[in-house]
Amino acid sequence: MASRKLSSEIFDFFASVRLTVALLLTLAATSVIGTVIPQNQDPAAYFHTFGLNLYRLLATLDMFDMYHSWWFQLLLALLTVNIIVCSMDRLPGVWKIIAVKPAFRLSRFHNSPHHQQIAVNTPCERIQADALKLLSKNVGNVHTEKTPEGVCIWGETGRWTRIGVYVVHLSVVLLLAGGLIGSFWGFDGTANIAEGDTISSVLLNGSTRQIPLGFQVRCDKFSVQHYDSGTPSEYRSTLTILEQGKPVLTRDILVNDPLRYRGINFFQSSYGTLPPQHLTLTFTSRASGMEYRKKIEPGQTLDIPENLGTFIVTAFHQDYQYMGTPIGSAFTGMLTPPKGTPVEVVLPLRFPKFDKMRQGDVVIGIAEAEQRFYTGLQITRDPGVWVVYTGFLLMITGCIIAFFMSHQQMCIEIHPGEDSCDILIHGVANKNRFAIRKKMDGLAERLLQSPTPPAHV
Amino acid sequence: MNSSGILSVVTFVYGFTAFLYVVSWIFKKPEPGRLATWVAVAGLMGNITGIALRWMESYKLGYGHAPLSNLYESLIFFSGTLTAVYLVIEHKFRNRIIGAFTMPIAFLAIAYASLSPNVNDRIQPLLPALKSNWLIAHVITCFIGYSAFAISFGLSFMYLLKDKDTEGRHSLLDKFPHLAVLDELNHQMVMFGFLFLSVGIITGSVWANSAWGRYWGWDPKETWSLITWFIYASILHARLTRGWHGKRIAYLSISGFAAVLFTYFGVNLLPGLHSYGAMGQ
Repeated sequence: MASRKLSSEIFDFFASVRLTVALLLTLAATSVIGTVIPQNQDPAAYFHTFGLNLYRLLATLDMFDMYHSWWFQLLLALLTVNIIVCSMDRLPGVWKIIAVKPAFRLSRFHNSPHHQQIAVNTPCERIQADALKLLSKNVGNVHTEKTPEGVCIWGETGRWTRIGVYVVHLSVVLLLAGGLIGSFWGFDGTANIAEGDTISSVLLNGSTRQIPLGFQVRCDKFSVQHYDSGTPSEYRSTLTILEQGKPVLTRDILVNDPLRYRGINFFQSSYGTLPPQHLTLTFTSRASGMEYRKKIEPGQTLDIPENLGTFIVTAFHQDYQYMGTPIGSAFTGMLTPPKGTPVEVVLPLRFPKFDKMRQGDVVIGIAEAEQRFYTGLQITRDPGVWVVYTGFLLMITGCIIAFFMSHQQMCIEIHPGEDSCDILIHGVANKNRFAIRKKMDGLAERLLQSPTPPAHV
Repeated sequence: MNSSGILSVVTFVYGFTAFLYVVSWIFKKPEPGRLATWVAVAGLMGNITGIALRWMESYKLGYGHAPLSNLYESLIFFSGTLTAVYLVIEHKFRNRIIGAFTMPIAFLAIAYASLSPNVNDRIQPLLPALKSNWLIAHVITCFIGYSAFAISFGLSFMYLLKDKDTEGRHSLLDKFPHLAVLDELNHQMVMFGFLFLSVGIITGSVWANSAWGRYWGWDPKETWSLITWFIYASILHARLTRGWHGKRIAYLSISGFAAVLFTYFGVNLLPGLHSYGAMGQ
């Protein structure tokens, strides 16, 4: 007995709307935290901001990835249970109302708060015919019943709309379920592909795991377009999908126009430039004034003509700082003269004559360096998306039903008086009393306009 | 006159409208109120003309995009929808005092857009991420929702004023709608706003999935729109429980509108992807 009591208490706890309000407000309040503390940053940055003790406390509470923390997920789980239990508690009753056509009970109408009373001196038979016509326009199927004082015409509409709120609740459960499916069976990774290169796997975000794609993706070309003002207007990558090395599909992707292939999505997300792989250098001898052009690859040692020594390209720098001044991307190399110590030479791509400044026996410059772009792709698979999208559609439909439609029952009582006809209009609605009042006003107005001149009472 | 010029005039028209509604309420004279309605309609026409003209101007500049792409344009649109929704309510419920509590909001929004040095009114080209058909649906639905919430805020404020004056001593509150009517009207506005906020979040989410590859990423703007959604969802549920009528609903609705304002302005102070609506752009 005790356990049954406990389980029914638990059921009642979860079936309560108070719990819903409390959970929604708690979710609202706690969600603020993650917008104030930047999420998923480098631990060192947090440590720097908060100091040791606060850092430890916040880290224990998962505040640095709070939307995926156990306690936030628990709140979401509680909300889900709350929604499901509430619906289980109320849906059977509602379903009974929806499934069974209601029997006529005059007292139900008399107990409703919405009434209108008018009297006309049109014959009651005429009014009855008019009322029948008018009411069937408003609520569809109309029935006429005999009452002790006369007749009553009644009808109802929108019984099914009582389901609306449960459609919204189902949609929320679908959204959470879709999110869960995505986090279990989906992935989210990034890949930088240089122009001309091909990848067959993707590195997951925030992890070191590589996931094989099951096919290859090649980046044929990347380009940036600019407006006249210089701000970027378009990023475009030409991608080719290869199955077992054979190209099967070539398409351009833009920021709002991703490529989807075999359930995997490729989004344009970033780009960058790569160090040139082949470059042509010029060596100008100070003694003879002769200029020699030589092809070189990074790491390769080259003998400079006129016995001026050897040169090796050691590194490429995306943003080189020369004595504190940024000079853009540059190579650095080591020049070893026949006699004397090796010196470092800086070769900026933008300034080919830069090395003249060193005033050495040979001036080294870059004649040609083929710059390559790489495209940064966001690569995702999310089998939960369609569940989420179904949830979206249900949420919109459910809200429209739940907010703007109602189950309305109306009846018009017609009582023959001595020289007039008394009309009583009653309305019952499960919500939106403005709407039913308006309908009743309309009915009353129309009945007053019956062919023979009306007499107000 | 170009669109910015027209919209500056509209700013003063809305200011005058708000002034007339307040005068009509405080001095209990119906004439300024009746005039206010017509001035509001004229302002709304100007507002719509300004937006249409700005759209055409952007085509002339070669950018060609709907004027819904930055803070200035969204504020202008917000004032317009707020005025339109208010006029519908005034027409339906025949009460002009509500105008004294909502038209000042429309005026403040457009005044901030037109007059603040922090808000840039130049027409700019669209960033690659904003080039999407979802932009229009997303922005329009969000701001219709925000307008409904702004009116709900005004109604809640009126509710609290009227509720304090239990003995009916303040003659200024005589013509206020009854508490029950204010409460019901507030509920209608919350439902209307909630539907549009939901559609706004959904369109934004579908858009994010096509631009960034995820439909939800807990970016501050997304999170704050969800916080707003949570608050209004709690209002809808609170009405079903005993003891949560009237006053508490009004307080919740006010905090909901505070969340709307933070989603709109405050988030730009936080780091995130939604920087399009930021100051100075």
